[in-house]
Amino acid sequence: MEATINNENFYQYKGKHKGILGWLLTTDHKRIGIMYLAAMITFFVVAMFIGFFMRLELLTPGQTLMKPEVYNALFTLHGVIMIFLFIVPGLPAVFGNFFLPIMIGAKDVSFPRLNLLSWYLYMAGAILAVVSLFTGGGLPDTGWTFYVPYSIRSTSNVSTALFAAFILGFSSIVTGLNFIVTIHRLRCKGMTWFKMPLFVWGLYSTAWIQILATPVVGITLLLVIFERFFGIGVFDPALGGDPILFQHLFWIYSHPAVYIMILPAMGLVSEIIPTFAKKTIFGYGPIAMSSLAIAFVGYLVWGHHMFTSGISDTSRAIFSLLTFIVAIPSGIKIFNWIATLYKGSIEVRTPLIFVMVFIFVFSIGGLTGLVLGSLNTDIHVTDTYYVVAHFHYVMFGGMGTLFFGGLHYWFPKMFGKMFNEKVANFSVVLFMIGFNILYFPMFIMGYLGMPRRYYDFLPEFQIYHQISTIGSWVLVTAILIMIINLIVALKNGKKAGSDPWGGTTLEWTIPSPPPLENFDIEPEVTKGPYDRV
Amino acid sequence: MNSSIAQQTDATFIFITAVSVVLLLIVTITMIYFVIRYNKKRHPVAEQISGNTTIEVIWTLIPFVLVMIMFFMSYSGFKNLRNAPSDAMTITVTGKMWKWTFDYENGKQTDTLYVPLNKPIKMAIKSADVNHSFFIPHYRVKEDAIPGRTNYLWFNPIELGYWDIACAEYCGLQHAYMYSKVIVMPEAKFWDWYNTKTDTTAIVKDSLTTKVDSIQKK
Repeated sequence: MEATINNENFYQYKGKHKGILGWLLTTDHKRIGIMYLAAMITFFVVAMFIGFFMRLELLTPGQTLMKPEVYNALFTLHGVIMIFLFIVPGLPAVFGNFFLPIMIGAKDVSFPRLNLLSWYLYMAGAILAVVSLFTGGGLPDTGWTFYVPYSIRSTSNVSTALFAAFILGFSSIVTGLNFIVTIHRLRCKGMTWFKMPLFVWGLYSTAWIQILATPVVGITLLLVIFERFFGIGVFDPALGGDPILFQHLFWIYSHPAVYIMILPAMGLVSEIIPTFAKKTIFGYGPIAMSSLAIAFVGYLVWGHHMFTSGISDTSRAIFSLLTFIVAIPSGIKIFNWIATLYKGSIEVRTPLIFVMVFIFVFSIGGLTGLVLGSLNTDIHVTDTYYVVAHFHYVMFGGMGTLFFGGLHYWFPKMFGKMFNEKVANFSVVLFMIGFNILYFPMFIMGYLGMPRRYYDFLPEFQIYHQISTIGSWVLVTAILIMIINLIVALKNGKKAGSDPWGGTTLEWTIPSPPPLENFDIEPEVTKGPYDRV
Repeated sequence: MNSSIAQQTDATFIFITAVSVVLLLIVTITMIYFVIRYNKKRHPVAEQISGNTTIEVIWTLIPFVLVMIMFFMSYSGFKNLRNAPSDAMTITVTGKMWKWTFDYENGKQTDTLYVPLNKPIKMAIKSADVNHSFFIPHYRVKEDAIPGRTNYLWFNPIELGYWDIACAEYCGLQHAYMYSKVIVMPEAKFWDWYNTKTDTTAIVKDSLTTKVDSIQKK
């Protein structure tokens, strides 16, 4: 029976349903991954252009393009779409879905129907977020953090946006649960815990955060909705509630969410480097364990978002200490990656260039995080552009770069086609240049006292804003070239073999694109994921 | 002595940033060097090295020591930054969409913060509506204004002049325009002003420019 489906990849497979229904009703983890990919690239491009227009507004002082209420709505939308629809779910939903089962030698995830449900929850949340724009009292204008009491008082359509984020949370929980069970139950013969690819370790750590932390923000957002409609008085100080409580609950989720974003990205780096260095990973154990350490300590540092909120000085000191400690495992990973390059036989191909850009940009993001974990300096720079620069370096430079890096790495496997590498390499280099022109000036103006979420600015900050805006033009150009290059490859790309890069993990042992159930014969693993001897 | 607070913050910032730049250069240069040195053409066969415990311990301990130094440096700065001297003068500031109001102990009320030279100032920070954040970049201090509670910060004005006060927590439509100024006056002039009965905001506002000018001339 296996022999008959051997030549057919999962795109060609004819199931119960044909055409579009074959996608919308599929339970194939690969098709679901592709559907996430299509949705996420769309949302990313929308939010990118929102950011582009925000930067354009800040080109000159006073009104350049739009009124302050529009600007306030745009930074809210940019944040909500990027965080809830792209950065947090991105890597697990797209590459986790497509590659997790393949990398552990399984036919699918443990609960394929639940997997489809999580896609529908994601789309429902996304549609609700769009609905919030066109209904009710106008565009939500609270920022993606929804801080009370402003989010209670605002007459704009905050409740719908909150509910959208709540639903998206469910999608995340369901995906996390599915992945944990899949990793525990469906590893193929010989795939012991320490023979799992490091991307799987990243997903595993992330999945635990998803199911443990997301419910906290879910209930918190729901309470804000109740507060808006019924005045229950949990957060509203006028009714005896506590606005600080909201900040605690919000960051108990939203700080670990940073690690939800970054751990799979770090896992991806650990895949790409051995492939192009033609070498086993240096320090498999420390890299895997540092993922768990980050996931665990990452729970205990939320208070560093609240160093100026009025929480006690003692708790500020404890949160600061823990924040410094969480920096260490990230450092360990970077050192091990560099060490993996040592005495390798390195082929500089597009995905490796992405990783090199990632290491440079993410290191800047991580290291500037030390200034924010440090108590006295954070008090000065918190809520300024310094923070804006920091989290764009970490999230966009980290997860964002690796999202596109992963897309280039696995593009031949997912679609069976190769892209034009010269164009891709050009776009990555341009990406890095634009990125730094856009975000680096923000560190400087932040330290000089430019607060964030400002529609306007004092004359002394104009030069930094202008450089930054010019950077945004370069960056957008680079991303568009990158995406168009891939779309062209979808149509005209050369056929990719099963292992175009010379990788060692299981996904490179099966045809590109993979057949419906991935493996004709259940694989058996006898050596480490990156072993070449 | 107290002037050292902003300087201490800057010193912590410079120390952390300097260490960071060194680490960034080490990581980036090593990475690029390896990619060139061990390029496929120069180094056709990779050596399979799967790890080294000694090295793992070293590069765990060095960052640990570095971040602990950073922590203690920032913590000692933070203690000074949080604990106002007992002779500090308390001024209440209330944030309200989208302006700051300052209340002095003798009942005077202004929309600009007037303070005497060399007198530590403790701000009691309140909000009348949503969250704001009282931010004086020049003194490197900031603390949120949260409805229903009073937060504190303090600073020591050791030079004459005037500096911006900004709102650093997003508070709606005019958030970007919620600026005020802190004006540091010579002691005698301040107490003259403080003890005059004409304490309405309007008059203070009118005389703002002349006051600033006279400070500049001095």
